[in-house]
Amino acid sequence: MSTAKANLETLPRSVQVVLALALVVLIAFPIIGADFYTQMVTRMMILAIFAMSLDLLQGVTGLVSLGHAAYFGLAGYALAFLTPQGEAVSLWWTLPIAVLVSGLAALVIGFFVVRTHGIYFIMVTMAFAQMVFFLFFDNKVLGGSDGLYINFKPTASVMGITLFDLDNKVSMYYATLGAMVIVYVFLRRLLWSPFGRALAGIRVNEHRMRAMGFGTFGYKLSAFTLAGALAGLAGYLWGVQSGYINPELMGFHMSAHAIMMVILGGMGNFAGAIVGAFTFEYVLHVFKDLPQVGSVNLGKHWQLWMGLFIVLVIVFASRGVLGLIAQVKAGGKPHD
Amino acid sequence: MDFPTFLIQLLNSVQYGLLLFMLAAGLTLIFGIMGVVNLAHGSFYMLGAYLAYWLSGYFGSLTLALLGGVVLAVLFGLALEWLLFCHFYQRDHLDQVLLTFGLIYIFEELRSMLWGDDVHGVPIPELLSASIPLTDNLSYPVYRLFMSGVCIALAVGLYLLISKTRLGMKIRAGAFNRDMAESLGINIKRIHAVVFALGVGLAAVAGIVAAPVSSVYPNMGSQVLIMCFVVVVIGGIGSVRGALISALLVGLVDTFGKVLLPSMAGMMVYMLMATVLLWKPEGLFKQ
Repeated sequence: MSTAKANLETLPRSVQVVLALALVVLIAFPIIGADFYTQMVTRMMILAIFAMSLDLLQGVTGLVSLGHAAYFGLAGYALAFLTPQGEAVSLWWTLPIAVLVSGLAALVIGFFVVRTHGIYFIMVTMAFAQMVFFLFFDNKVLGGSDGLYINFKPTASVMGITLFDLDNKVSMYYATLGAMVIVYVFLRRLLWSPFGRALAGIRVNEHRMRAMGFGTFGYKLSAFTLAGALAGLAGYLWGVQSGYINPELMGFHMSAHAIMMVILGGMGNFAGAIVGAFTFEYVLHVFKDLPQVGSVNLGKHWQLWMGLFIVLVIVFASRGVLGLIAQVKAGGKPHD
Repeated sequence: MDFPTFLIQLLNSVQYGLLLFMLAAGLTLIFGIMGVVNLAHGSFYMLGAYLAYWLSGYFGSLTLALLGGVVLAVLFGLALEWLLFCHFYQRDHLDQVLLTFGLIYIFEELRSMLWGDDVHGVPIPELLSASIPLTDNLSYPVYRLFMSGVCIALAVGLYLLISKTRLGMKIRAGAFNRDMAESLGINIKRIHAVVFALGVGLAAVAGIVAAPVSSVYPNMGSQVLIMCFVVVVIGGIGSVRGALISALLVGLVDTFGKVLLPSMAGMMVYMLMATVLLWKPEGLFKQ
């Protein structure tokens, strides 16, 4: 009951075609889309990286982390601290450091949380993320509840020539798209590597994996650390794009949103996480943008719609879009 | 720290710990017996507090608000269990997490629609508004002692209910082996409903009695929820006794942490949890 079931590890040809078409659309998008939507899609892609990093834990290894946002936020904070008041810093060394900070935090926290199971894992990841949240929330030196501004975006130049200018919204878009594709390809390769197979084995039956001689603690800790580092990549990009970082990014709402994104698309195959992140952000945008009807501003009550949306998805389609596809393919029988 | 200050902090920490216990007891019972992760448990605390604000304004009496609030909260809990939760006992923890997270959004928005987003105060009943002087300028409010008293009374009641009554026996049987209990003719569905309503009721009582001290404000549930998670993790899931001891421990560490090490206060409790996890990954009183 506590093992989360993944679906569609091997993507059907039809889904692959749709993904390829979607990539073409994403490449062409800034040419046709307005500035506002270019920024929104950039944000969606950043969240897609975040959701994929969580999918490695949630969908592949079967570990439901309710504190994944902590590693997302930490990298953003790392960028904020590395950027001086008056000038821009280089991407080439701030990005690795930020990712390293998140990875290291995940390694240390993972050392405690990975030894727990099921409900405990959920609660303990959440509690540790909350600890990180309060560390930043309570200390004025670390920005306090207001957060920090990142006034200058990092520069990406080689031998004095600027490769891409992150201040430019379209360059930022393509840089994020590139990062998303690289992370996706990397994680898909990882999924079918011996390491990825071992993680999937842990999801299905950890006891059996141990009996077969796998040191599951090490595997789970590696997965947790890697997921944290990739969440850090997303958090860094978020910091670059928004130029602002605050403790809310590490809060448990953010973590729960990420879980929802992974669920919404269909977990365990990373493509679902991307679909889910796009869908979730879009739905959130639609709800917040709802019009005034009579004397009631529907958009003001977006929390109600979002809550109902989440509850309805969980009650009726708890394995997401790809889960529904699989269900249809299986002839209407539930995929579980 | 001189003795009166120490005494006040000690009383505060016990009072906070007992309040946490009221919430954690319901949470740990619902975990232990139905296997449900309930993120919305903090919302029941918030519900209690807002009912206290609303009903005490309506009746002009906190006692009536307490009675009315508990009845309303329990009815609400039963309805919620019947409508949603009972379908999720056998589902993935993942689904439970998201369901109850969605409920947090819904409850917060409904709260905002019904009572607005302002901070509200709830008056302390006249009878309990006195303070006991300890030194010339230090005193301890009677109401806080009353809070601790209510919590202790309910803790004793809970203990008697679970270990001495027929219903308690059925609850324990259901927690121990669901199928066996069911085949012996125990209506396990009803037991689940009772336990869920009990948890909601305890959380609501905590919210009602805490309202005059903490005042009533948006998102008050989330903060307390995470503390309860820590309590349950330290105490061990399903153990009410573990929840009591760990709630008192957390209250002690949190209160004295704020006095002795203010800059680290927010983190102290989590460090306590990390230490316990290293030593006993399944909590102090794993059942």
